[in-house]
Amino acid sequence: MRIDYTDVLVIGGGLAGLRAGLAAKRRGQDVIILSLVPPKRSHSAAAMGGMQASLANVIKGSGDNEDVHFADTVRGGDWGADQEVVRVFVDTAPKAVRELSAWGVPWTRVHKGDRETVINGQRFVITEREEAHGLISQRNFGGTSLWRACYVSDGTGHAMLYAISDQTIAANIPVRERVEALALIHDAGRCYGAVIRDLISGELSAYVAKATVIATGGAGRLYRVTTNAVINEGIGAAIALETGRAALGNMEAIQFHPTALFPSGILITEGCRGDGGILRDVDNYRFMPDYEPEKKELASRDVVSRHMLEHIQNGKGVKSRLGQHLWLDITLLGRAHIERHLQEVREICRHFLDIDPSKDPIPVMPAQHYTMGGVRTNLLGESPGLKGLFAVGEASCWDLHGFNRLGGNSVAETVVAGMIVGEFIADFCQKPKSDLNIPTSLIHEFLKREQARIDALLGGGDEDANRLRTRMQEVMTEKVGIFRTGIQLAAAVEELQSLLLKSRNIGVRNKSRGANPELATAYRVQKMLKLALCVACGALARTESRGAHFRYDFPRRDDVQWLRRTLATWSSESDTLPTLVYEPLDVMRMELPPGWRGYGAKDYVPHPDAARRTAEIEVARSRLTGADRFELQKALMPYDHLLPPHLRARNRRIEGTVT
Amino acid sequence: MSETKHRQLTIKVFRYDPRTPEVAPRMQAFQVEEAEGMTLFIALNEIRETMDPGLNFDFVCRAGVCGSCGMLINGRPGLACRTLTKNLGREITLAPLPGFELIADLSVNTGKWMRAMSERLETWIHASQEETDLAQLEERMEPDLAEAIYQLDRCIECGCCVAACGTAQMRKDFVGAVGLNKVARFRLDPRDRRSDDDYFDLIGDDDGVFGCMSLLGCHDVCPKNLPLQTQIAFLRRKMTVSGLKPAGKRKR
Repeated sequence: MRIDYTDVLVIGGGLAGLRAGLAAKRRGQDVIILSLVPPKRSHSAAAMGGMQASLANVIKGSGDNEDVHFADTVRGGDWGADQEVVRVFVDTAPKAVRELSAWGVPWTRVHKGDRETVINGQRFVITEREEAHGLISQRNFGGTSLWRACYVSDGTGHAMLYAISDQTIAANIPVRERVEALALIHDAGRCYGAVIRDLISGELSAYVAKATVIATGGAGRLYRVTTNAVINEGIGAAIALETGRAALGNMEAIQFHPTALFPSGILITEGCRGDGGILRDVDNYRFMPDYEPEKKELASRDVVSRHMLEHIQNGKGVKSRLGQHLWLDITLLGRAHIERHLQEVREICRHFLDIDPSKDPIPVMPAQHYTMGGVRTNLLGESPGLKGLFAVGEASCWDLHGFNRLGGNSVAETVVAGMIVGEFIADFCQKPKSDLNIPTSLIHEFLKREQARIDALLGGGDEDANRLRTRMQEVMTEKVGIFRTGIQLAAAVEELQSLLLKSRNIGVRNKSRGANPELATAYRVQKMLKLALCVACGALARTESRGAHFRYDFPRRDDVQWLRRTLATWSSESDTLPTLVYEPLDVMRMELPPGWRGYGAKDYVPHPDAARRTAEIEVARSRLTGADRFELQKALMPYDHLLPPHLRARNRRIEGTVT
Repeated sequence: MSETKHRQLTIKVFRYDPRTPEVAPRMQAFQVEEAEGMTLFIALNEIRETMDPGLNFDFVCRAGVCGSCGMLINGRPGLACRTLTKNLGREITLAPLPGFELIADLSVNTGKWMRAMSERLETWIHASQEETDLAQLEERMEPDLAEAIYQLDRCIECGCCVAACGTAQMRKDFVGAVGLNKVARFRLDPRDRRSDDDYFDLIGDDDGVFGCMSLLGCHDVCPKNLPLQTQIAFLRRKMTVSGLKPAGKRKR
């Protein structure tokens, strides 16, 4: 069996993987990218509405900067995020947007002068500044205090992905398309690459690398109704889990997007609400202000999704043959606006429902959307449990998002993490002690093990892979959804365990060793069930409500017990449950101690250190009266030294020089 | 709510796996009961899950944005994921896109074709300087120009235009409307410093803009409704101007 050697092996050809690969390549490392599909078909292309970066070009973004973006992100994540990671992220996001601009992304631009806009259901005229003319425009999004989402109409992810994919072609980085990583090769706590299956020929081979990068995106297909693409099955995170060394962080933190098209689950961008769209019920009544007077439709996604379900439970859903839904109304934005800025939404409505969103309301329901959890990494993007294994983007738990991600922060994370972690990967590869020292017998052992697994599936037990997968998706959707209870979660864990046992006895009907979708489903569902168990067990153990994780039986956020990150490992192949341990978050090192998010529930159990840390911060503030925001920030939680040197410069904006 | 009687669909699918050439290409019919809102994505998955686990086809986003599922639907190239069965007759014929390497059944290797096209036409911004100071304000652009570029940037490389192209069926190295549209897109972008003479080197022959026979199949089938007809006609005029210059006089 064939063995290829490289410095950096990137598994996943979406935005995060491509950008990390580019960074390493620019530092002189040999890079190979593996992708299930042609990279431009990755799920990154489906990001529609925008990318958060505090450029503050539009008048409604006036006053925006890293500090505001930082606070919005930490609050959005309900204090689950790693605040140092949030800092390096918000500092780099404007640089990432500007880099993409230089690489050709046709960002929508600011036009000086008056323009009509819809805010809170009313038409307003706002006046853009002369000096902002031609700079990158921002739109409003949920959970943000200012207009910060930079966008390309509603094809933001598509435009970003094409620009970055074309850069990797320009940099001559080989992308192996239609291949899938089945297992990581590792020994004694060090990762050495992966065993790969060619999805066309079915052949197995090994890629041996100094650094292996998981960039495979989320695991939305654990659920029946999801906005995610069909390839988002979480296999990258699963093969990390299967090492028994790498841990997955916060897998119970699953985001449900409020406005997925009903019933297919296709994403309708948050930009619809950001631009002024509103939610209505069966009586055509706008209900969100009753639940959420502060932010209304533009509270964070976890909050809006919960209120939508609550409203349906109150009997206000629109009943249809296929179940209940609510309406997203963007008719008030007008045809001209929709044709310019929401044209994908218009196409989707036309093709899938035969409706015109400038005249008709859009039927929507919350659907699984984002996996906040993933391969737990440190700030360098490296797994603490498995040296040489890195993770970026949605597949990772870098921990930018905590327990709820803000709209526009994920597509931003992909490129920002790629820029930052890509540098650390290059640093890692350049260290002499990272040199490869691995016997080929070990590689062959891994290859043989994977071949034996495939042979077993082709040889035939009597379980049906598709049926197990469908049942898993139903269990996850019904019992590990937006509203959770201990009883339901325990039932989910029990059934998922039995499905996992059954999955060890799958036999496929189609015996082809080459292109064989049933065989792929078979080995994937074995891995997906482990992920599903990490989600369900983490959710069952977490007896509180935080961000997107909501427990009816424990409705309050509990900072005393649960200001900590869940780490799941899979110790032995014969196990049927993950092993959970917890990583505490240190309030005394936080720049923003836990408090109320500014929307959603006001009731929580405060951490004993929160008041002490707040007092400490007050003292620092008064001591530094008159200092600029940078000095103050530095006194609270310095982060400059954590960034790669070339990314440390202060971001300039039209407002003032660097303030 | 009244129970509507659903149609019984006959979906005829092209079957062939080049790795088992002893099994000749054939059309295979499947019976599927139509459901409300059914797309070809739903129908094909139902066939695979309940009737034939070995059926090969490609879907990724299933929302009409990734370009994976181009195929011949009743002989016409289109995106299967967003094609509603209710807009088709009771009998539906599906075949792989011509012009691309067949992987198996309905699955074709558009990715390989597109990468080769991108390498050949260098479909990336050729900037005047290598490094941009990322802390500085971005370079300004007129809002209307940014939007015009985006309109051409919306191409999803699905391959429908190539499958619908007469020239592409005859000349295997023809860059297709997808390639010409890329050139038009970068030509419009002031961040790209290439001149028309540079573009002439890339597409100033019969495998480029002069290979187009103006049959406009590309324009008719483009799922994104890109203005391919006008872009190709415009490029051809510009390339003719470049081509009429003596070779030594073209700017480099």
